[in-house]
Amino acid sequence: MIEVKRESPAAEDEVLDIRDLTVQFVTEDEIVEAVNCISIHLKKGEILGLVGETGAGKTTTALAVLNLVPDPPGVIKSGSIRVCGKNMLSAAPKELEQIRGGDVSMIFQDPMTSLNPVFTVGDQIAESILLHEKCSRKEAGAKAEEMLELVGIPRERAGEYPHQFSGGMKQRVVIAIALACNPKLLLADEPTTALDVTIQAQVLDLMCGLKEKLDTSMIFITHDLGIIAEICDRVAVMYAGRIIEEGTLEEVFNHTKHPYTEGLFNSLPNIADRTAKLRPIPGLMPDPTRLPAGCAFAPRCPYAKPSCIDKPQSSRSFSATHKVLCSAYDDPSFRIHREEA
Amino acid sequence: MGNILEVNHLKKYFKTNRGVLHAVDDITFTIERGKTLGIVGESGCGKSTTGRCVMRLIEPTGGEILFEGRDLMKLSKREMRAKRNDIQIIFQDPFSSLDPRCTVMQTIAEGVKVTGKYRTKKEVEMRVIELMRIAGLAERLINAYPHELDGGRRQRIGIARALAVEPKLIICDEPVSALDVSIQAQILNLLRELQEELGLTYVFITHDLAVVNHISDEIMVMYLGQTVEKAPAEELFTNPIHPYTKALLSAIPIPKVGAKKERVLLRGEVSSPINPGDECRFAKRCPHARAECRTSCPQLQEKSPGHFAACHLFGSENKTTSL
Repeated sequence: MIEVKRESPAAEDEVLDIRDLTVQFVTEDEIVEAVNCISIHLKKGEILGLVGETGAGKTTTALAVLNLVPDPPGVIKSGSIRVCGKNMLSAAPKELEQIRGGDVSMIFQDPMTSLNPVFTVGDQIAESILLHEKCSRKEAGAKAEEMLELVGIPRERAGEYPHQFSGGMKQRVVIAIALACNPKLLLADEPTTALDVTIQAQVLDLMCGLKEKLDTSMIFITHDLGIIAEICDRVAVMYAGRIIEEGTLEEVFNHTKHPYTEGLFNSLPNIADRTAKLRPIPGLMPDPTRLPAGCAFAPRCPYAKPSCIDKPQSSRSFSATHKVLCSAYDDPSFRIHREEA
Repeated sequence: MGNILEVNHLKKYFKTNRGVLHAVDDITFTIERGKTLGIVGESGCGKSTTGRCVMRLIEPTGGEILFEGRDLMKLSKREMRAKRNDIQIIFQDPFSSLDPRCTVMQTIAEGVKVTGKYRTKKEVEMRVIELMRIAGLAERLINAYPHELDGGRRQRIGIARALAVEPKLIICDEPVSALDVSIQAQILNLLRELQEELGLTYVFITHDLAVVNHISDEIMVMYLGQTVEKAPAEELFTNPIHPYTKALLSAIPIPKVGAKKERVLLRGEVSSPINPGDECRFAKRCPHARAECRTSCPQLQEKSPGHFAACHLFGSENKTTSL
């Protein structure tokens, strides 16, 4: 079935289509294998959660979608990326400028550094509108004020500078910039990590509301499984540059298959049971310059067999949407300990 | 076993160009020996300042800090220095709290030498290795520099360094906030084991409610320099009184499908701690604020044994207000 898809042009409602993407950072002495052969498909209005620890390749994946991987040292070794059917890797710089901010935009983790301190927030929102839409400066300014209201900031504040806003409000301004041209795809890279919980709740609420209003597709990058459970339709878990488990929210959370995903859940303190002992994953993430030939998680995996270390992982599908990269399932009787919910 | 630490009416004001910033405004708490007090709150609520004031790393503006019955505020600089053997701190950022030019050995040995118990080089080294083992660091890392190590290992150095002077009380200032979940769990387990083995007392400062619930015996919730609620951990999570605590608890994202619950969404932002007026500091964001909330600041009152809250709403006839 996948073969057929490859032949046909991108389906009408397919917003993002990443195939076999491999990104490396090449320096004189070593090669960092940041992203290794991942594929992601995203339909209109869908929110995909991308989870993983520091260095798993989440942000690099998002940057690759915008063709913004810093080069050098970053090299997109292979694969294809299509946003709304447009090939991001072969597009001309002029065309890329149109796609970025127009069809796809990104929200970065740190709102404090992603705004320009010497321009008013109104101007910064209007800038992106002027670039992408044929309109006068005045119209763009009016649209910018509308966007501010949309994210819950009074329009009178359009003439103020970023330092006059609190962290949560700055992040809303960043969201307003990202959404100013009604992008079909929004890449949100840990948009709430720098915020306090009550402010985080406000921002998440806002993003969910906007998704319903504008039908934007989203890739939501986070390490917080709680946020994933709250807003995502589908989940992809990354480890050492690979997607090791992906499926619908229900499949990944309630029918967890990969030992790493299980380890993540076991590491979280349980709000409902405070006496439960945490069962952390032993050891550390492997050095991305020296990834093992086999499964990168094998050295930390409680179920690993000697063959896991040197044999490449095999991929297995449990349903049309639920896929796992783990050789342990070659043995049909294999089960992880985590109980099915 | 009695209280190891008793803090009464602790205040810390900073003078700024725009007025007086009330970072910590009349905080009172006690900790029993061998227990953990969690302090939660959002950025800028004064939780770290409180932690630092207890050690007099920041000189408090007023109040009493009784450590094992002695008022630390009355100690001279020299005496305070010696007292810091009993009170240690673990910092949030393991990337900036270690001297980049010191090896693991040098960092930990500094504390070991201060105790005066280990005189020869050999004895010091043996003790450093022992501390590394306690903190879960492999002996081969003894000559490594901080930049060679990852965040989890660096935090273990911070813990070994704090333990070197054999403290009784450790102030943990967001010790796991900068770490990935799998590493965070390793460090939390380590801190718990150390508490059991060495009988340590912790002040655990964090903004992460799941973490604070996991590690604390008692929890104090702070908002703009004041305590808004204080209760045993279990009680606080099952029976919160203060509207701010309720909002905080409801804002925690739960990693379960369909766990979405009714959320108390707060409007607005944290107001400024500069020159606060005589009103409830939470009134501007509170969904239940009434006239009296804007004219007088509520005091901390005991609602049930051990459960304190500072709110005008509770105690009055409509205390349930079905929040």
